[in-house]
Amino acid sequence: MIRESNLNALVLILLLAVPLWAVFNDEPFTITLATRAVIFALAAVGLNIALGLGGLVSFGHAVFFGIGGYAMGIFAHHAQTYTPVMEVPFLIEGTKSMPVIWLVAMVTSGFAALLIGLLSLRTAGVYFIMITLAFGQMLYYFSISWATYGGEDGLSIYVRNEFPGVNTLVPINFFAICFVILCLVVLLNALLAKSPFGLALNAARQTPQRVQTFGLDPTRLKLLAFIISGVVTGLAGALFADLNRFVSPTMFSWQMSGEIMIFIILGGVARLCGPIVGAVTFVMLEHFLGGLSDYWHIYLGALLLIVVLFARGGLVGLISGREIAHD
Amino acid sequence: MSTILIIEQILNGLQFGVMLFLMAAGLTLIFGVMGLINLAHGSLYMIGAFAAATVAGLTGSFVLALMAAMMAAAIAGVLIEVLVIRRLYATDHLDQVLATFALILIFSEGTRWVFGSFPLFLNIPDYFSGPVTLPGGIEYPLYRLVLICVGLLVAGALGLLITRTRIGIQIRAGKDDHEMIAALGVDISKLYTVIFALGAALAGLAGALVGAIQSVQVGMGEPVLILAFVVIVIGGIGSIKGALIGALLVGLTDTLGGVFLPELFKLFMEPSAAQASGSALSSMAIYILMGVVLVWRPAGLFGARK
Repeated sequence: MIRESNLNALVLILLLAVPLWAVFNDEPFTITLATRAVIFALAAVGLNIALGLGGLVSFGHAVFFGIGGYAMGIFAHHAQTYTPVMEVPFLIEGTKSMPVIWLVAMVTSGFAALLIGLLSLRTAGVYFIMITLAFGQMLYYFSISWATYGGEDGLSIYVRNEFPGVNTLVPINFFAICFVILCLVVLLNALLAKSPFGLALNAARQTPQRVQTFGLDPTRLKLLAFIISGVVTGLAGALFADLNRFVSPTMFSWQMSGEIMIFIILGGVARLCGPIVGAVTFVMLEHFLGGLSDYWHIYLGALLLIVVLFARGGLVGLISGREIAHD
Repeated sequence: MSTILIIEQILNGLQFGVMLFLMAAGLTLIFGVMGLINLAHGSLYMIGAFAAATVAGLTGSFVLALMAAMMAAAIAGVLIEVLVIRRLYATDHLDQVLATFALILIFSEGTRWVFGSFPLFLNIPDYFSGPVTLPGGIEYPLYRLVLICVGLLVAGALGLLITRTRIGIQIRAGKDDHEMIAALGVDISKLYTVIFALGAALAGLAGALVGAIQSVQVGMGEPVLILAFVVIVIGGIGSIKGALIGALLVGLTDTLGGVFLPELFKLFMEPSAAQASGSALSSMAIYILMGVVLVWRPAGLFGARK
């Protein structure tokens, strides 16, 4: 058994070491894979704030992932075609600057999370799962029929967006940007879990009535968690779009929501590094099993089944045992 | 926009609705009684369609194909219930979602492995093909009318089964308090397997019936699955009546929305813009419907309110 805090450090170090090794051995594809894993991990860390801390099983987090992706796609598309995003009521120009795009992605996904959360939090349990799924499907079909931005074909961006002072075209630089963001968000997550808000949220998940008698509104706590969660996943979506230089409606698909959820369950729900372990494992499986057989989904499915049936608490739980109380 | 078109579209919506009902009925029973979210229900639909296409190809008999579809889906249902699902009843929804998602992966890739990626075809039998003339001079495909009738018959039979038979009483009792009926001497785990097999057989039947008007291919189950979830959530989980009403609502909204929303928008927009935004809105219409129902009634139209 390894203590969870040590495991967390180990995971982050390994995640950094592999691409650095790849730089020295000139294996750009490994760096791309690692970046993919980091971005998926970021999306899953985002969902874990709602799911692990708040107990909100959202089957529609692809909404925020997709919104982030389209925020990047739309602004970069307008920048590369030299057309404004909109002219009325005021002029908004396209941009290739990552920080601006991130801001847009985060604000729009936060706003979407506010709206979706306000409606969805009226329900609970399986109805919550289903209504979030419905919102995901709504945006999926909307993006398919949105002909201005490519409809079903999506949008291609020719050159990766820019970050002040960093050449983002070099794979390891872009990896570094994503990795730093992931570390910051994990830190934020850790602080959040220990903060008064995090403690209240934890209590609201377990016994909402008790929280209410303390004069706190459980629904508002959950709504706030849902918004923070959406913002983080939205940011991940913008980075994912930048990694592929491509956005399409698949970012909104329910399989995407399912995958983000899988990262968490595979790694361990409510564990700080659970989503990271899950995402890295998933990307590795995808790569290695995909190389072994065309039908690698069978093996992936079997493995997931084994984790659900026999390794409660996910991989992190398997390695460092149960220590967090989770219902 | 003629009356004939409107009636045709209503019939199309009904046909779509009753097929959704066949899927949703099993889902809502499995959820209502066992408290289980079964994402793999769409795979059972696919298995039914593939079994039907295979048997129809071998024997040429449509009736045999339908029976094979129900058998194959029921067998697959019992297998996954006994091997996997049974261990999930006591766990939270999250584990159920993941495990049944894993089952989808296994079934879809397994089917692709056995049958290849190309779609199979299941032909409508001669005695059901071709149009019929309805009162009022409307030409409508006979097979679609048959689908509507079969769906309504199954709905009626299921209603009788639930309200009038011993097993129906056990199912309803299981929904309310499964510990109590276990204490009364009902073999609860056998009951669960039977319900699962019943739901699976209905899904398989739907897959085979729809397979004859669409192509039979891997991944055909998931879009229907999502719609069936929308149906049971709108109807209220666990309610067969809710599933029927929800299915018809979803079927009609989807079909009529796709035809009439663009027309409606043309009244006040240019034709191309109206076409685009009308079809965009219509593809979202059922999810909007679901959102509205849930906000208005958080436990669905016929769900038990706590």
